[in-house]
Amino acid sequence: MVEEKVHINKELEPILREVPDPEIPVLSIIDLGVVREARLEGKKASVKITPTYSGCPAMDVIGDDIVTALTNAGYQAKVDLILAPAWSTDWITEKGRKALEDYGIAPPMDASADKKALLGEEKLVKCPQCGSKNTHLVSQFGSTACKALFKCDDCQEPFDYFKCLI
Amino acid sequence: MNSEKKDSRLHENKIKYIYGIADNSLILGQRLGELTGHGPTLETDIALTNISLDLFGQVRSYFQYAAQISEKEVTEDDLAFLRTEREYLNVLLVEQPNTDFAYTIGRQFLFDHFHILLMMHLQNSKDDTLVAIAKKSIKEVNYHKRFSSDWIKRLGDGTEESKEKMQTAINDLWRFTDELFHTTEADEEMIKAGVGVDVKTLKETYYKNVSEVLEEATLEIPDLKYFQKGGKDGIHTEHMGFILSDMQYMQRTYPGMKW
Repeated sequence: MVEEKVHINKELEPILREVPDPEIPVLSIIDLGVVREARLEGKKASVKITPTYSGCPAMDVIGDDIVTALTNAGYQAKVDLILAPAWSTDWITEKGRKALEDYGIAPPMDASADKKALLGEEKLVKCPQCGSKNTHLVSQFGSTACKALFKCDDCQEPFDYFKCLI
Repeated sequence: MNSEKKDSRLHENKIKYIYGIADNSLILGQRLGELTGHGPTLETDIALTNISLDLFGQVRSYFQYAAQISEKEVTEDDLAFLRTEREYLNVLLVEQPNTDFAYTIGRQFLFDHFHILLMMHLQNSKDDTLVAIAKKSIKEVNYHKRFSSDWIKRLGDGTEESKEKMQTAINDLWRFTDELFHTTEADEEMIKAGVGVDVKTLKETYYKNVSEVLEEATLEIPDLKYFQKGGKDGIHTEHMGFILSDMQYMQRTYPGMKW
């Protein structure tokens, strides 16, 4: 795990926690790890977010949703997009990983396991439906930029795997 | 030359340098975008358009930066959509048509192996924004490279027909590879300033990496003496005008229109 010091104002955190990822509504943007900073000066809130993937179309929506949530809570909000340091799947919290799995998306594994799984060398990705590791890669690219498509050979269900990005 | 003039020239060269990198991704992204809903299978359709999306995302970062440092009042959209053909500085490779799946994969493969090397070295630039974009992009480009290299092996070491098609595509596209390692005046200035990557030094590694995959794919490595060039100076193949007329249609027809 990469230790990253992220300053998120305590007063703002519960509000930001209520903002979901628009593609994966069970996942809070805090647990996704895209909020890199949230500072408060009086009623002025300034939030910095970083994209998961460069072309992720959800970023604009996330930015708007943050502004809406903070405005509704009585703050003047400003959201900036930052590129460095680049987002990593290591920043998804334990709670976030659990939420992904419960939702039916296999959470990212560590880099070496991820590579083996995506190259089809070893059966490592666990089916979020039945828990079997008897799964195979259908496509390295899935329904969004951050996911690959897998299929479980036991319960026969197709599922998304959140690709490791470090 | 007085220092102010020199600064402004450096500045202009930096913007040109950014075009040189970003236009490759823009035009390749546009080419891949043509396959939306037209990919040979659902999975490859989604993969190629996902790659396109990554490239466009990277392009936005480059153009936002170029617009920000430009002395003119321009936006990222102006840079993407309102330049003339001669002002686009992408290499000829990326503007080559999709033709068939072998060409699409061949073009992607030959570009990805260059792209990854460029991003790896751009991480050492003295320009913080370019470093940030490179560090972000490198993760995505790694996936692209893996995808295209896998397909090269699958098609090359596949059936008689897939092998023949893949070999034809590689033979045909090979003449565009040398240009990847040419430098323009702006490039040279940026290399001197510690901002740009000296692509000339990447050539050997590139051909070694590419050849390794081709060998594994049981494909022959073309032996060519003469190569095509021009894109980096804005002199494009006949395909470029068609790409731009399609890509720029909206902004030219309805100037300033927003999504």
